[in-house]
Amino acid sequence: MASRVSALAKPRGVWWEGLGRDERLWVWLTVIWGIAMFLMIAFVWPLIGEEQNRLHAYRVDPATFASQAEAFIQQYQIGQRDGVPVVAPPPGGDVYLDARAFAWQPVIQLKRGETYRFLISSRDVQHGFSLVMPPHSINVQVLPGYVTVLELTPEKTGEFPLICNEYCGLGHHLMIGRIIVTE
Amino acid sequence: MATAATMRRCEITGLSVDRSAERLIMLNAVTAVVYLTIGGVLALLIALTRWQAVHLLAPQRFYEFVSTHGMVMLIFWILFFEVAGLIFASTVLLSTRMVIPWLSWIAYLMMLGGSVIATVLMLSGQATVMFTSYPPLRAETPWYYAAVLVFAVGAILAVVHFFVNIVAARLRGDVGSLPLFTFALMGAAIIALWSLLSGALALFPVFLWALGVIPEVDPGIYRLLYWGLGHGAQQVNLAAMVGVWYGLASLTTGARPLNEGLSRIAIVLYVLFINMGAMHHLLVDPGLGTWVKNVNASYFMYAAVMGSLIHAFSIPASMELALRERGYRRGLFEWLRRAPWGEPGFAALVVSMILFGLLGGISGVIIGGPQVNMISHNTLLVPAHFHMTVVAGTTLAFMGIAYYLVPLIFQRQLLFRRLAQWQPYVYGLGMLIFGIGMGLAGHWGVPRRHWDITFSTAPVLGVNLQELRPEIAVFLAMMGIGGIIAVIGGAMFVAVAVATVFVGQRTARPAVGRIVPEAFSPYPAIAGGSGEPAAAAAHRTFEVPGTLVISVVFLILFIFLYGFSWFELSRVPWKIG
Repeated sequence: MASRVSALAKPRGVWWEGLGRDERLWVWLTVIWGIAMFLMIAFVWPLIGEEQNRLHAYRVDPATFASQAEAFIQQYQIGQRDGVPVVAPPPGGDVYLDARAFAWQPVIQLKRGETYRFLISSRDVQHGFSLVMPPHSINVQVLPGYVTVLELTPEKTGEFPLICNEYCGLGHHLMIGRIIVTE
Repeated sequence: MATAATMRRCEITGLSVDRSAERLIMLNAVTAVVYLTIGGVLALLIALTRWQAVHLLAPQRFYEFVSTHGMVMLIFWILFFEVAGLIFASTVLLSTRMVIPWLSWIAYLMMLGGSVIATVLMLSGQATVMFTSYPPLRAETPWYYAAVLVFAVGAILAVVHFFVNIVAARLRGDVGSLPLFTFALMGAAIIALWSLLSGALALFPVFLWALGVIPEVDPGIYRLLYWGLGHGAQQVNLAAMVGVWYGLASLTTGARPLNEGLSRIAIVLYVLFINMGAMHHLLVDPGLGTWVKNVNASYFMYAAVMGSLIHAFSIPASMELALRERGYRRGLFEWLRRAPWGEPGFAALVVSMILFGLLGGISGVIIGGPQVNMISHNTLLVPAHFHMTVVAGTTLAFMGIAYYLVPLIFQRQLLFRRLAQWQPYVYGLGMLIFGIGMGLAGHWGVPRRHWDITFSTAPVLGVNLQELRPEIAVFLAMMGIGGIIAVIGGAMFVAVAVATVFVGQRTARPAVGRIVPEAFSPYPAIAGGSGEPAAAAAHRTFEVPGTLVISVVFLILFIFLYGFSWFELSRVPWKIG
């Protein structure tokens, strides 16, 4: 057995030696656990989970996205809430969500059990899409010049506050939106 | 050049100390503690604002202070201290000279100038862009970015000097194999080099853009480069902290690493794989494919996590063996009961390892998966994770080793020893309460960097998250109360350090305990023990059964929490993807 030396002193001579029984056992446990965790995120959960990270994205000019979002609001608007347009997109359809300092537009009304494709982008700075349903939340990053594409299927009715969780300026805490899920 | 007058021989450790290295260690360490104090005061004010029932600061002040707190703590405090550590590990610990003192002076002055200007600009509201300074959010003045760049270049020079010192010591024949402590800091220095370069690559175009020289900066590419620094710098802290852990184990129990090679391989695993952790911040970004995320999020097969798990075993194992050699051999845990719990360095080591491992490390692995990240990205769970790693882990470990290195380097008697003995426990208790409160609030969806989750001033669509789920108020109160206790613990450290440095009695032989001298010697004499090997029947039975039990219990807890996180994800009432 090579002589062991303090962590603060220079080791002398040959200090390389094989693993003892204790270390071998522990190293194998960590290797197995590392591989298990990798298999879980890469293969197991993608097969069995209902909550998948399958974000898509494409680049867009912020002005183009803004006009697409305006057109979307005009087409499907069903009312207003606090002066913010409320839209009810067709089930299975696209939902444009337009972020700006400091508002989410529009308020979106969805049907429970239907799948929607959210197209989310920003007109100005970075924002954080955070749909709060305590004790959980769904969060994705929103960048100007990129559209974050996210498929969502609400399975619970109610009102879900949409907040911003990426600091976007001194009015960050004023930025709020809403998603309403009905039967 | 290396005349006798420029070196002194330490009467306690027998090391030859280069006077110019010593001066620069003092300067960097004192500057670090000044930043720690500033950051600590800001921490208190921020915690008392996020504690919704107190809600102390006005919004603009709050965001200014969060920006400043992030930079001051994550970059300035910790890098100044690490530069002190790099100089120590590459000169004093090797009993060798500092090769180019003026390079370290330039590095120090650049870091000082850059950090002071950046801090003043942030505190005066001219750079309220947070630690991350994501474009296209723009600081009021482009000089903020310039100041940070100057700091980064200074830090790069300090890191380069570390390598110069080591190579020169090697060429001169002063050193063969490096001490494990220096080896770990070399790992930290390698990671530091590319993190700082990545940060400079991210920030330089932003500086040009803020000046109006280039029209725009791609926010997605900025995030990729920026997180090479943002997360990379924390991996520097990790590697440095692990080095300090080994050092503290040797200083307080006379531990000698169980298997030198294994511990070094674990550090190499950090260097090779931990940079992938930078991608953890981009898991819900647009623009990156699933497999980029999977491979990086898992540090490829969790090789870097394996490194940490090896240290988590090796360090207690080496202490168990050292204490068994001292005669504490009964049962599984006599060595642990008889360990020096009243020794500030040992207390700091144990509290730092427990909080880092149990809360910081496990939470990092959990939220670093691309799927679970969707329910934690940018919530308070993220700062809860890195406060457990960088504050409860790294900062406490650094405080612990300061109790030995400050008296030895400054040649002063440690003052307020009682305060130092209690400090790690007070600080740890505060961080524990703080971290649990903050983490739970994050899991409940409370966002980070947010002034008011009651949305009391929102003009439209307001909603009060605390009314939605009243337990959130309790979590935020825990964060506030834990924060107060931790700040008291931090202030205890600052009191001990400042008193020792400025009014401690000057002496060439400060009292640092009887184990310390042997911790620096390659020929250890076992103080107080019978000296015979602990495991007489070596290899027939386990050498460190107590540590194995602790480690396996830790792994079971890890597996349980990991499984629980997937269960929580499955309970999200919406289908995603």
